[in-house]
Amino acid sequence: MRSSAVALPPIAIILPVSRRIAPALLVAPLVLYMLVFYAAPLAAMLARSVDDPTWTVANYRQLIDDPVFPIVFWTTLRTALIVTGGTLLLGYPVALAMSRLSRGAAAVVLIIVLLPFWTSVLVRSYAWMVLLGRRGLINEALSASGLIDAPLKLLNTPFAVQIAMIHILLPYMILPIASVLRQIDGSLPRAASGLGAAPFSVFTRVILPLSMPGVAAGVLLVFVLSLGFYITPALVGGPHDYMLSMLIAQQVDLLNWPYAACLSATLLATTLLIIAVFMRLPGVRDVLRSVTR
Amino acid sequence: MDSIVATATPGIGLRGASVVLSDVEKHFDSVGAVRGVSLTVAAGEFLTLLGPSGSGKTTTLMMIAGFETPSRGDITIDQRSVITQPPHKRNIGMVFQNYALFPHMTVAENIAFPLRQRGIDRATRARLVFETLELVRLPGYETRYPRQLSGGQQQRVALARSIVFRPRLLLMDEPLGALDKQLRESLQLEMRRLHADLGITFIYVTHDQEEALTMSDRIAVMNHGLVAQIGTPEDLYDRPCDQFVASFIGESNFFPCVVLGIEDDMVIAESGGTMIRALAANFPPRGETVTVAIRPERLRFADSHPDMQRANRVWATITEAMFAGERRRYQCRCDGGVSIVVKEPSGATSRRRAEGEYVELVWSVADTVVV
Repeated sequence: MRSSAVALPPIAIILPVSRRIAPALLVAPLVLYMLVFYAAPLAAMLARSVDDPTWTVANYRQLIDDPVFPIVFWTTLRTALIVTGGTLLLGYPVALAMSRLSRGAAAVVLIIVLLPFWTSVLVRSYAWMVLLGRRGLINEALSASGLIDAPLKLLNTPFAVQIAMIHILLPYMILPIASVLRQIDGSLPRAASGLGAAPFSVFTRVILPLSMPGVAAGVLLVFVLSLGFYITPALVGGPHDYMLSMLIAQQVDLLNWPYAACLSATLLATTLLIIAVFMRLPGVRDVLRSVTR
Repeated sequence: MDSIVATATPGIGLRGASVVLSDVEKHFDSVGAVRGVSLTVAAGEFLTLLGPSGSGKTTTLMMIAGFETPSRGDITIDQRSVITQPPHKRNIGMVFQNYALFPHMTVAENIAFPLRQRGIDRATRARLVFETLELVRLPGYETRYPRQLSGGQQQRVALARSIVFRPRLLLMDEPLGALDKQLRESLQLEMRRLHADLGITFIYVTHDQEEALTMSDRIAVMNHGLVAQIGTPEDLYDRPCDQFVASFIGESNFFPCVVLGIEDDMVIAESGGTMIRALAANFPPRGETVTVAIRPERLRFADSHPDMQRANRVWATITEAMFAGERRRYQCRCDGGVSIVVKEPSGATSRRRAEGEYVELVWSVADTVVV
């Protein structure tokens, strides 16, 4: 089981250069690409928020004084939190089911979970407009069955944004959790059961804690993606459901580039801060350590 | 719950459970993994289910543990049927082949797990964990995580976890399979010691015949989903009931024979012109074709054992001579054409024989069995 100390790592065989240079060579193309097409524009954008045309923090001062910004910021955070919670509640059981199914059945469920990815976010958001509109499928069905007299206002509400985003982001929650659950050694729940744990205990004491790396990954993915969501809230949200990305787009439309850059920098900083804090939560830190050991 | 606390000191007030399997069958998609196993395990006994892979030994163990439901038949523990009982209510200790330690828990948390499930209070848990770690000779490892332990240490933790709640029955599924030979041998001795100390019933599954012979009170040899033979290690080694048992436990030479007759308690048979006398459980009729088995280490060279009484004799040519440490191993071809193996202890008292040498082999009738 133990590999000998002098064993060559596999990459040394396909890339016979010094052990220190080999990894650098392998990542070099992507690093170069990212530098030219991502890091450089990003730096230019960040610079623009404080350099208009000379060094200034006026944009950030404007941001603090802007009465709209805190509302939009809070809407963005709240939406991201609700969407994360919703995808977790709906996604975990599906992931658990996938881990219990036979290989073939699990593959079928996986395809169904991935189905939404086959159409663009734009199309799916339009689909939600069709469903939720005043004369949409849901209202028509409810009126026809006599449950409601007047159509419900579903579209252009925070609720519409949340359910549409939950729908679109669910796979990002299900896949990492399912992948971790599938890797849990089947003898562990058996052992727990044999040692006297009732089925619910087996879940809370063994399955759930062992699936936390997947939960952490899913939560982080969905939360960060939610923070920057644009198309869905723009299409199905109402005038009061402005999210940060929409505010940025609006400023770009107004050709107010420096302020848009300043908002983007704020969104980026917020996202990085949240990731940093999340990674340092005691539970998550242990989880990450157990995965990366 | 009181009973656990009261019997916390090993060996005091404990009694093993008796287990009875009656005609138990298990089919997976109509394939019979276990095809009618009946076994009686006495209270406090160390019984080993021994067999090659696919013989149904692990499935049988899983049915006793409750992880598989028999397709037919009944399993009782202490005269009570457990067929409908889920595993977590059976109060059976189990050690898995890969140990199945909970990776997110420390050693102490792992061992305390069954105690928590039984609502044992914190102080008692801590005391029992401490005592049990002493018992498996791993004191001071409470705060380690399983990944920080060697295979042998993980094995001890798994063992501690399966006995800490004082089950009256302990099931083990090839628990030493993943360990190296030396560690395996020392743990075999510890298992025996634990069995004696705890006084509980052990049912042990292995495919390693040496392990089975060393540790067990009795061995049930399984093959193709059936018990081929059950008995003490000596019984099985000296009186194998068929060729499968004779070759699976230890090594055997087989002579195809024709029965000539019965003399006292012996069968007299003929193989390739040689007369062989053998012991038999039941006496086959004259003219019947039978197989006679002899262990390689019970064959001797006649020239170095001139005083053998009541002996069978055969002439053979050595075709291959090998040195294997504690003994020499000779491959021989008998005059009748049968190929056999002879094992002789190595050392100054025995002469190394050359390939091609023509020798007379001799062995005791008492070591000759009709299978």
